[in-house]
Amino acid sequence: MSAKPRVRVPSTAKKGEVFEIKTVISHSMESGQRKAADGSPIPRKIIDKFVCTYNGKEVMTSQWYGAVSANPYLEFFCTATESGTLEFTWHDEGGETYTATADIKVT
Amino acid sequence: MGAKRFGGLAATILAMTLAVPAFASDAKDDPLAAYRSGEMYSGYVTGDPSSREIQDDDMMNPSFLWVDKAAELWTTADGTAGKSCADCHGDVESLKGAATKYPTTDAATGKFMNVELKINDCRERQMGAAPFKFESDELLGMTTLVKLQSRGMPMNIDITGPNEKWFKKGEEFYFTSRGQLDLACADCHITNEGMYMRAEKLSQGQPNGFPTYRMKWQKLGSLHRRMRGCNDNIRAEKLKGLGEDYLAVETYISWRASGLPVETPSVRK
Amino acid sequence: MSVLKETRLALSRRQLLTAAGTGLVAAAGLSVMTARPAAAAASAEEMIAKIAGGTPKEGLVKVDGPEIAENGNTVPVTIEVESPMTADNYVKSVHVFADGNPSPEVAAFTFTPQSGKAFAKFRIRLAKTQNVRAVAMMSDGSSYVGSKEIKVTIGGCGG
Repeated sequence: MSAKPRVRVPSTAKKGEVFEIKTVISHSMESGQRKAADGSPIPRKIIDKFVCTYNGKEVMTSQWYGAVSANPYLEFFCTATESGTLEFTWHDEGGETYTATADIKVT
Repeated sequence: MGAKRFGGLAATILAMTLAVPAFASDAKDDPLAAYRSGEMYSGYVTGDPSSREIQDDDMMNPSFLWVDKAAELWTTADGTAGKSCADCHGDVESLKGAATKYPTTDAATGKFMNVELKINDCRERQMGAAPFKFESDELLGMTTLVKLQSRGMPMNIDITGPNEKWFKKGEEFYFTSRGQLDLACADCHITNEGMYMRAEKLSQGQPNGFPTYRMKWQKLGSLHRRMRGCNDNIRAEKLKGLGEDYLAVETYISWRASGLPVETPSVRK
Repeated sequence: MSVLKETRLALSRRQLLTAAGTGLVAAAGLSVMTARPAAAAASAEEMIAKIAGGTPKEGLVKVDGPEIAENGNTVPVTIEVESPMTADNYVKSVHVFADGNPSPEVAAFTFTPQSGKAFAKFRIRLAKTQNVRAVAMMSDGSSYVGSKEIKVTIGGCGG
């Protein structure tokens, strides 16, 4: 299914505040360990890297393996420094990337 | 009518249970009171807190990936009529409460339909579009979007008039043993409900949260898919999704769930 | 001595009556029983030792999740490391392992002082009851480990 990733970032935050980020993306995270009904192995296809940047600067990156469940959810934190844009990128092993952005106003 | 909402209780007692919110005096102390109705309770009640947390937050619940997609489809014209769902229904919020009454007999066609069949009927008759396939992302998403509009509202289906024969057919199915294990739905979900089968606590098999994001499936899935899984487990024939048998069972168990809130999209193990 | 081992010994004793070889049969049975889990644990152990450059200290790292997973395909877990997360004292990375999985690596997180909290909540697949372990690498080069045992049961109705 080709749904857009979902992200939740507060629209405003006070400078220095540590805020919560929630993300979820549609992906089968096929581990390569499963077999199809006919017994043939289902080829591995996973997102292996997730990157969060804040005005272009990396805040958090994550490496994923076959043990991450399908439709991966990730919740983490970030410190508000200045108004701008958070960008989220999911990298598929096959080379595809999926992105989402969210703006934040820092007061 | 010989209806058995739970084993061994007479219909009169049942009617009383339905009329008076049971455990009303305890409701204040029971944070899960909203998920109970009389003797009935949804799978939410027995779920692990870590699973309930996912259902309680629409960002944590991956079902909303399907809902977002369906919301796009809602306003996208399709079929020979060049119409979208929104062209007739306006905002999807206009369907608030509608899903609580399904399955039911469709006024326009006289056909008996659950929400999935009603969506496909709209597509075929109003839009001139092909029906969505059973268990397709489109049908799961649109069904979830429609039922979501009734979230929190009590299930309230009508089992009189033209609906009665579907209810009776479903009830008969529910109490009929089948498969190599010779089990009826009622053997697990009424007689032994709350008991353990190996490590698994048997549920009441309530339908009010479907389509559900099932952790085992790692995706959104329909009530009829779950029934196919049940039948497979008792080594009985898996019947056709959206076919008459499961539609009848859906009617019976939706009546049994009367008063339970629509929880779509729920999160279950 | 386990019941299983006694059974195996009893069987081998019976076999002894016709063929002389009691010790061989019993020993073979035992080696199969003990070798497997030890091998799986060792590989996660090796990965942790390699990342940490030795044995990480216990503490600071909290792994949270259900006592009993509702389904091994989707197990919600939370990793949190105690740290001020300042420019000169922060958690650089956290590596998560499930030592009972066919492949023990689960995920790794690289944090920065701007992360504010070394925290991640996500969902993982667990093949069986096992320890989920997280190793945190601190900015001063030290390393800490935390773990939680999560039980994975075989349900009665997979459906």
